[in-house]
Amino acid sequence: MRANAESILEVRDLVKHFPLTQGVVVKRQIGAIKAVDGVSFDLHRGETLGVVGESGCGKSTLAKLLMALERPTSGSVRVNGKDITAARGAELKRMRRNIQMVMQDPYTSLNPRMTVGDIVGEPFEIHSDVVPKEGRRRRVQELLEVVGLNPDHINRYPHQFSGGQRQRIGIARGLALQPEIIICDEPVSALDVSIQAQVMNLLERLQNEFDLAYIFIAHDLSVVRHISDRVAVMYLGKIVELGSDAEIYDAPTHPYTQALLSAVPVPDPDGRDRRQRIILQGDPPSPANPPSGCHFRTRCWKAQDICAEQTPALEVRPGSDHPSACHFAEARDVVNAQ
Amino acid sequence: MTEVLSEQTGRGAHSGALLEVDNLHVEFRTRAGVAKAVNGVTYSVDAGETLAVLGESGSGKSVTAQTIMGILDMPPGKITGGEIRFRGVDLLKLPEDQRRKIRGESVSMIFQDALSSLNPVFPVGWQIAEMFRMHRGSSRSDAKKKAVELMDRVRIPAAKDRVNDFPHQFSGGMRQRIMIAMAIALDPEILIADEPTTALDVTVQAQIMGLLAELQRDSNMGLILITHDLGVVADVADKIAVMYGGRIVENAPVHDLYKTPAHPYSKGLLESIPRVDQKGQELYAIKGLPPNLLEMPPGCAFHPRCPYRRDNCVTEVPPLYTISGTRGSACHYWREVIDEGER
Repeated sequence: MRANAESILEVRDLVKHFPLTQGVVVKRQIGAIKAVDGVSFDLHRGETLGVVGESGCGKSTLAKLLMALERPTSGSVRVNGKDITAARGAELKRMRRNIQMVMQDPYTSLNPRMTVGDIVGEPFEIHSDVVPKEGRRRRVQELLEVVGLNPDHINRYPHQFSGGQRQRIGIARGLALQPEIIICDEPVSALDVSIQAQVMNLLERLQNEFDLAYIFIAHDLSVVRHISDRVAVMYLGKIVELGSDAEIYDAPTHPYTQALLSAVPVPDPDGRDRRQRIILQGDPPSPANPPSGCHFRTRCWKAQDICAEQTPALEVRPGSDHPSACHFAEARDVVNAQ
Repeated sequence: MTEVLSEQTGRGAHSGALLEVDNLHVEFRTRAGVAKAVNGVTYSVDAGETLAVLGESGSGKSVTAQTIMGILDMPPGKITGGEIRFRGVDLLKLPEDQRRKIRGESVSMIFQDALSSLNPVFPVGWQIAEMFRMHRGSSRSDAKKKAVELMDRVRIPAAKDRVNDFPHQFSGGMRQRIMIAMAIALDPEILIADEPTTALDVTVQAQIMGLLAELQRDSNMGLILITHDLGVVADVADKIAVMYGGRIVENAPVHDLYKTPAHPYSKGLLESIPRVDQKGQELYAIKGLPPNLLEMPPGCAFHPRCPYRRDNCVTEVPPLYTISGTRGSACHYWREVIDEGER
């Protein structure tokens, strides 16, 4: 990662509430699912920002907001300085070219009735000025080659490929419009261990080759550490800690990050009896009715009265050099502490 | 159940391990051909011991477990050879009514996806209590009382109030606890856990693995943990059997396997996983794809992907070579793999 590189994506106070309604004919709003509840961060050119959190923390909704597949309740997403949430029509279409997505499940995200050539070439149908019609087939073959597939397989159907190869097809489709930003939503979690490494190496190679910026969403913390330059930890719609990979993994300050990291099994049986585990009680609360103040306080061992009264801001706190949303932030190495 | 077995063997009369799978062969007859899912698997578990069966999808790890439980779909599945001995009695030769008594009472199983394993139209308490009604002939009220006790034991908060709730009203972690409650209801001697935490978040995974370890300690169960997660295995296993293409390619005590893997596949797997405690450069990737069970490669099933391949790997199926009393590797060149493998 180049330090102080220019930001190509600026997210400010992004909020998405899904209304909860009651009644069949006359719908009344009785509440809201606060899926994303005030998220701000920057993404620099050519870097990877990992987003980790458990199911229901809002990371996939965040991805949809960045892609402008959902309209935010409030807040802004600036791509190269232009707000994508305010864009409409032709302008939105043009902006979307720059930000593409790789989905989690390569079995359902590819149309089984389309050939690989049609799937990877479909972006060119929509953005017809990118490659002239005559050149499209060649361009698709080039893309297949770039992601490590045989260009002669252009007329095959998705079911003729394995899971890892299908994910490569999805990546080729994401690359077709030469975007600067690719959002990867759990791109390797459906794959076998030996195939995961192949796909992650491919993503890293493509990043260097095309100077791509990734938002890498995953629940597997080891995968995120491997690929990310910076990591954002989400809990119930908010970022609770944000820092470089070393800051988050070696000196986490938020209790939730510490608990999350200490729960990750380390693939090394030596010293497993001495390893200290922070085991959280219960499940995350419902995002429809999050606790007051700090959302994490109901499962936190440090919680005091202030945690229920004041929502801690995501800011740099004394004793640490990266922002953390905890009143009692304190660095503690839980991964290597043995 | 004990009566069933004592009739035939006299309890404790046999000398082997509690549960032994011996040279098991299972195949599936499909329209596309015969898929050889399990090709001569041998492993054993003793009381209080944790065996981890490690493998990727299609390696035959779940089919082996289903065959132990006697819940394999037949047809298309067919057991073509081998024995599964529980306390010395071959389960595959028992008639179904006796088999049924063993299932759940002596050997029980939990599955990956708790939501689809529970019946959505009955309360969870009813489903747990079914174990006592069916196997023990308890009355409904007795059985329900025991169900509440079990829900307490697997730490479901406010068990008394939740006993009449339906599966969809529970979170993923709680549902898995209910599955565990059903599995341990009759104090089984062997518990098979098939990817018990794969569908769960990491903090919930830690809760569930902690619970399993505690239950195992309390009742001295033998645990067969089927998983693809090398991290979970390193945390809980005593010994490991690595499966590939329906065979065991390596078995070893847990520390040996992580320190000096003796099969190129296990070695490749260990090198290909990213780790939370260190940031590596490029990951080692095992090239190629897992084998197609319909067209298994000749010789060693791993040879198309193997960096140690020689000519005889293509023609000779490697037997499980004995490395020491507790270790084995199905690689012709295991010595080389170990020598190079000091990590």
